[in-house]
Amino acid sequence: MELSDQIAQYLVSGLSTGAIYALIGIGFAIIYNATEIINFAQGELVMLGGMFSLFFLNAMHLPLPAAVLLAVAATTGAGVLFERLTIRPLKSPTPLALVIITIGGSILIRGIAMMVWGKDTHAIPAFSGSEPLSIGAATILPQHLWIFALTAIAIIANKLFFQYSITGKAMRACAANRRAAGLVGIDVKKMVLFSFAISASLGSLAGIIVAPLTMTSYDVGIMLGLKGFCAAIIGGLSGGVGTVLGGLLLGVLESLGAGLVSSGYKDAIAFIILLLILFIRPQGLFSRAQSERV
Amino acid sequence: MNREILKFLLLVVVILLLPLAIHEGYLLNVLVFVGIHTMLALALNLLLGYAGQISLGQAGFFGLGAYISGILTATHGINPWLAMVIAAVVVTFMAFLVGFPILKLKGHYLAMATLGLGIIIYIVFNEAVDHTGGPSGLSGIPNLSLAGITFDSDLKNYYLIWTMTLISMGLALNLVHSRIGRALRAIHDSEVAARVMGVNARLLKVQIFALSAGLSAIAGSLYAHTLTFVAPASFGFNFSVELVTMVIIGGLASIYGSLLGAALLTMLPELLRAFQDYDIIVYGLLLVVMTMYMPGGLVKGVPRLFNLLRTKLKRSSTANA
Repeated sequence: MELSDQIAQYLVSGLSTGAIYALIGIGFAIIYNATEIINFAQGELVMLGGMFSLFFLNAMHLPLPAAVLLAVAATTGAGVLFERLTIRPLKSPTPLALVIITIGGSILIRGIAMMVWGKDTHAIPAFSGSEPLSIGAATILPQHLWIFALTAIAIIANKLFFQYSITGKAMRACAANRRAAGLVGIDVKKMVLFSFAISASLGSLAGIIVAPLTMTSYDVGIMLGLKGFCAAIIGGLSGGVGTVLGGLLLGVLESLGAGLVSSGYKDAIAFIILLLILFIRPQGLFSRAQSERV
Repeated sequence: MNREILKFLLLVVVILLLPLAIHEGYLLNVLVFVGIHTMLALALNLLLGYAGQISLGQAGFFGLGAYISGILTATHGINPWLAMVIAAVVVTFMAFLVGFPILKLKGHYLAMATLGLGIIIYIVFNEAVDHTGGPSGLSGIPNLSLAGITFDSDLKNYYLIWTMTLISMGLALNLVHSRIGRALRAIHDSEVAARVMGVNARLLKVQIFALSAGLSAIAGSLYAHTLTFVAPASFGFNFSVELVTMVIIGGLASIYGSLLGAALLTMLPELLRAFQDYDIIVYGLLLVVMTMYMPGGLVKGVPRLFNLLRTKLKRSSTANA
């Protein structure tokens, strides 16, 4: 294979993992904007998505579309439950306490998943076969197309929801100023709950569509969560285009780095990029600098 | 200040006498690790509790100390004490250089940057197989020895590690009660106000970051020479989180809190042995519940619980009478 062909191939796989990172990253951003919480349990919700769909496929013998929908619903339920049990009861949440609680929650979810589903790695069948298609110089799996399509749909639906629906607008109001939003009659607590529900469903979707390519097990959430967080940071923690671009950029650079430099250092490449971006443009690549309020 | 000294001396006596009460080698071994973890929690607490700067990459510095010591002694045959000094100096200097760009960041960005740094270091441990032995680890690290005594038993290591730990605790107590300690707390409360008052906040943050890294590296060296074996798994993201947990559960900005937190989190897995693999469920649950209901950590939470019980008891006894 020639170098240009190889690069085309890396681009395809990089863009598809990038799309996954973007979905997870948007989940981080939505919760952050509504609550100023970085939900370190986000990665576990991604894992739960994959594991639930496996459960509905294998143990319940449901057809794939039903299994996927139920898995998203179940994970969303888990996200909501997590918010109700750990975040809502807090009387005076400090940022640090929230970091620790969400990290503790992620350990807890991971532990329960290990207890229920064991430590084995499981495969989910591809949505529509694994016969590769060749487009130009690169071959592309049908699953890649599913990833691109479903990610695009999820992102557009998300955008429309926040732009046009009354609930979406209320959530944006909370993001802008929680106190003011409360004063005009928005139920802030409900919006926080919604933000957890939406980001859990986005995360679980990411976990489900990537599972046929990468397999799934109880501990896949850690790295996926961290990469999604990277994507969100690169995008300046915006819930929109910035994070999508951040995810795609991260995925592509990581894939190129792994292919051309060293596959062992693949994960390190992602974090080196992150550090460089933080050092040079801490406000994210795609947003304007904000002056600090003291 | 006199009470402070008395409190510290009491701790020293208790720790020196503790092995007399413990005859079981296994428990002594656990206490050795409590000592190492106390040093690490202490190092992080200076940064997190006093200066208010989070680091999710402490395990990386700990690992660097362990690996630098391990490679210098096991592969190159350098004297272990010299190796420890080299490890401490190199890591402190590295952290000092990295500290300038990193500590310009705040909040989540700082958390993410230190986390990224820790993971990069962890990946290097795994991938630089020629030097580190890769995932299967590096063995054959010699024990430390001093004046003809080789620290090769749990009891000897207990005294070695706890001497170092108590020295660092004493120095830390001294530091936080000094002008620098007050400056650090000022930065924690309001960096802008501290700078207005003439504190060189940027430099001081970087210095405390470097100090914290250096102390972690010394703990790493001690760990390597005590265990005589190091593997990357001990220095991953999970361990960084565990260290932050120790500091928070013990009590932020409390030197003794670091000791309590380290002791609890080191003994806990041993107590949870009965749960086997499922101990992480209990661990996660504890983390969530403790942070939710004991936000000041053990140092503040336990006395408060005690007071609460006492007033309740008093009330019920007066009600009975």
